[in-house]
Amino acid sequence: MQELDIAGMGSVRVTRKSDNVVVLEKDLMTEQMVLAMGPQHPSTHGVLKLECLTDGEVITEAVPFLGYLHRCFEKCCENVDYPGIVPYTDRLDYLAGMNNEFAYAIAVEKLLDIEIPRRVEFIRVMVAELNRIASHLVAIGTYGIDLGAFTPFLFCFRDREHILALLEWASGARMLYNYIWVGGLAYDIPSDFNKRVKEFVDYFRPKTVELYKLLTENEIFVKRTIGIGIMPADVAINYGWSGPMLRGSGVKWDLRRNDPYSIYPELDFEVPVPDGKDSEVGDCLSRHLVRVLEMEESLKIIEQCIDKMPGTEGFNPRSAVPKRVRPKAGEVYARAENPRGELGFYIQSDGKSTKPLRCKARSSCFVNLSAMKDLSKGQLLPDLVAIIGSIDIVLGEVDR
Amino acid sequence: MILTPLSHISMPLLMGNNLNAWSEALVGFNLFGLPLGLVILAAIPLVFIALYSLTYGVYGERKISAFMQDRLGPMEVGKWGILQTIADILKLLQKEDIVPTSADKFLFVVGPGILFVGSFLAYAVLPFSSAFIGASLNVGLFFAIGIVAIEVVGILAAGWGSNNKWSLYGAVRSVAQIVSYEIPAAIALLCGAMMAGTLDMQKITLLQSGSYGFAHFFLFQSPIAWLPFLIYFIASLAEVNRAPFDIPEAESELVAGYFTEYSGMKFAVIFLAEYGSMFMVSAIISIVFLGGWNSPLPNIGSFALNDWTNGPVWGVFWIIMKGFFFIFVQMWLRWTLPRLRVDQLMYLCWKVLTPFAFVSFVLTAIWVIFVP
Repeated sequence: MQELDIAGMGSVRVTRKSDNVVVLEKDLMTEQMVLAMGPQHPSTHGVLKLECLTDGEVITEAVPFLGYLHRCFEKCCENVDYPGIVPYTDRLDYLAGMNNEFAYAIAVEKLLDIEIPRRVEFIRVMVAELNRIASHLVAIGTYGIDLGAFTPFLFCFRDREHILALLEWASGARMLYNYIWVGGLAYDIPSDFNKRVKEFVDYFRPKTVELYKLLTENEIFVKRTIGIGIMPADVAINYGWSGPMLRGSGVKWDLRRNDPYSIYPELDFEVPVPDGKDSEVGDCLSRHLVRVLEMEESLKIIEQCIDKMPGTEGFNPRSAVPKRVRPKAGEVYARAENPRGELGFYIQSDGKSTKPLRCKARSSCFVNLSAMKDLSKGQLLPDLVAIIGSIDIVLGEVDR
Repeated sequence: MILTPLSHISMPLLMGNNLNAWSEALVGFNLFGLPLGLVILAAIPLVFIALYSLTYGVYGERKISAFMQDRLGPMEVGKWGILQTIADILKLLQKEDIVPTSADKFLFVVGPGILFVGSFLAYAVLPFSSAFIGASLNVGLFFAIGIVAIEVVGILAAGWGSNNKWSLYGAVRSVAQIVSYEIPAAIALLCGAMMAGTLDMQKITLLQSGSYGFAHFFLFQSPIAWLPFLIYFIASLAEVNRAPFDIPEAESELVAGYFTEYSGMKFAVIFLAEYGSMFMVSAIISIVFLGGWNSPLPNIGSFALNDWTNGPVWGVFWIIMKGFFFIFVQMWLRWTLPRLRVDQLMYLCWKVLTPFAFVSFVLTAIWVIFVP
């Protein structure tokens, strides 16, 4: 058939209605191109691969492909005893190691049902909030890079360096700390630690203003992010979003307030939610704004921790650390508010072994990323980059 | 003919018109029938361009960005890392010259060449001083505007020849961008040409000399000249693919745009062409609006600053300084602003810059006709 030969050229669309009737349709659409974005792409934040169907610069569909950084976290856990899992949790969301350890420690302590010293709780919250600021600085800085602004990134990393130095001073490592143990801490904080943290807080406050003026208020930045990748609150809840992503959609949901753990109920802080004045609720700019405002709240929490922290008299950071962790048979799910959302650990114990029968990590990045297909439909390629950046994924946690 | 010994020329004379005679003597210098003098004379700006591109362009960009970002920048090779660029070029020279198997070999190789030639051809009509201009065309400005468009061909050849989807995106974006932005840029330059009444770059510059220094520059000669000046500056940023209009090579979206597949010396050539273009547009804006090689200093009574700081050698100093100033502003913008989106870029060109360019064109025409 001659028409079918033409159809092979791609300019004509052929639909068979019945055996003899063939409908030919002049197709003015350009040919769709499959664009493999990643795993080696500068703005997929690691080894994420997005397979995009593109019509010119318009993305008709983007499907995330995962697993390039899969390290069998959950299987490893089944072969390591409970305290031994702590270093593995560092490597989930490697930008927020303290928060991961915190969530894991809460889960195991809930399973063991042990009380831990009050000073330990304060130190845990303080280092976790420091780590939250460090993590948000990376998120904000790399978001700047995604949109072409390089300088804010280096400003962010300059300030993050001070946090890493502090945490290194406390734990001995810059990113993978192994500091928060089941039932306590590896070490007490150094004697001048609180003074230095106070100095950092005083140093960092003006820097957030500088960052705000340089990036968040920038006309081009706002134009690139406002109204892009809007996620309505109900859809976000249905997807199971959490953390700054969910709050960006206007849902006031923060586990530190809604399912409080540790000493958070005693502390005074706000849960920032976009009001729709500076941004459209649920767009990329809202998510960015939530992160920017959260850093300020974390600073408040840190200051309160320094003020309220009990003294060192008779304090042993390992006093409640069990010699041998062998929980009763049962299961537990505990969760904590990580910089990227809800990190939960589901742990099952058979009551005989010192190793968990099952340890599942509920990753916030993985869940947040699952909405990629919805968010990317019909967006331009530069907007797709803006959306990925606003989701703020860490592939270590997505793939586990 | 033998060269006039330099010892005969005293310092004030060197800055006066005697350099002209000196260069004419050099042009006439033949050895075995070969016009060696001419070659030497033509080589001077080329050496400058190379030195500038290597040391100031790349090194300056790195140091300035480092200064803005609270870093040190290159510090290892030589004092303050001065030799870093030379080390980088040596490294690039040693690299294997890779042509991807599925690439269109001819286009892939020819693309960087066209880019390089296109960006450096415009240097021919730039008057570096009253005594030196590569080719004194009577349509110099027109030539400069036209020759920049050749770069588009090089970018398209590089992008298409690479057979890479990112390169193709970069090339298509780049062509759309450069062709669009040529319109406001050319109209803005036309305003300057109208005020001068000529397209000859040397004459445009000469018309801006006078004892009041900067007051004679076209930018300060009419109350609306700042508008075409601003329009040309913004459009020139887009023409040389600098931030915030660097979408053809947007590294966070298109990896490296049209030169994703390039490495080694071909990459270096593209890189040099970019820095060459940066100086070229900066020189054009200084010539048309800021008096080119004229000293900006005015004569104040008997304190004849303008007379003292004018002359062929001073001219080279002034135009290079003015060019460097605009390059600095380009770098400043690059390290401050995020990138625009493709449609926002086109919006800015067609709905903002082009209408305003027409407005400034009409106003300048009225000014030129009715105000003597």
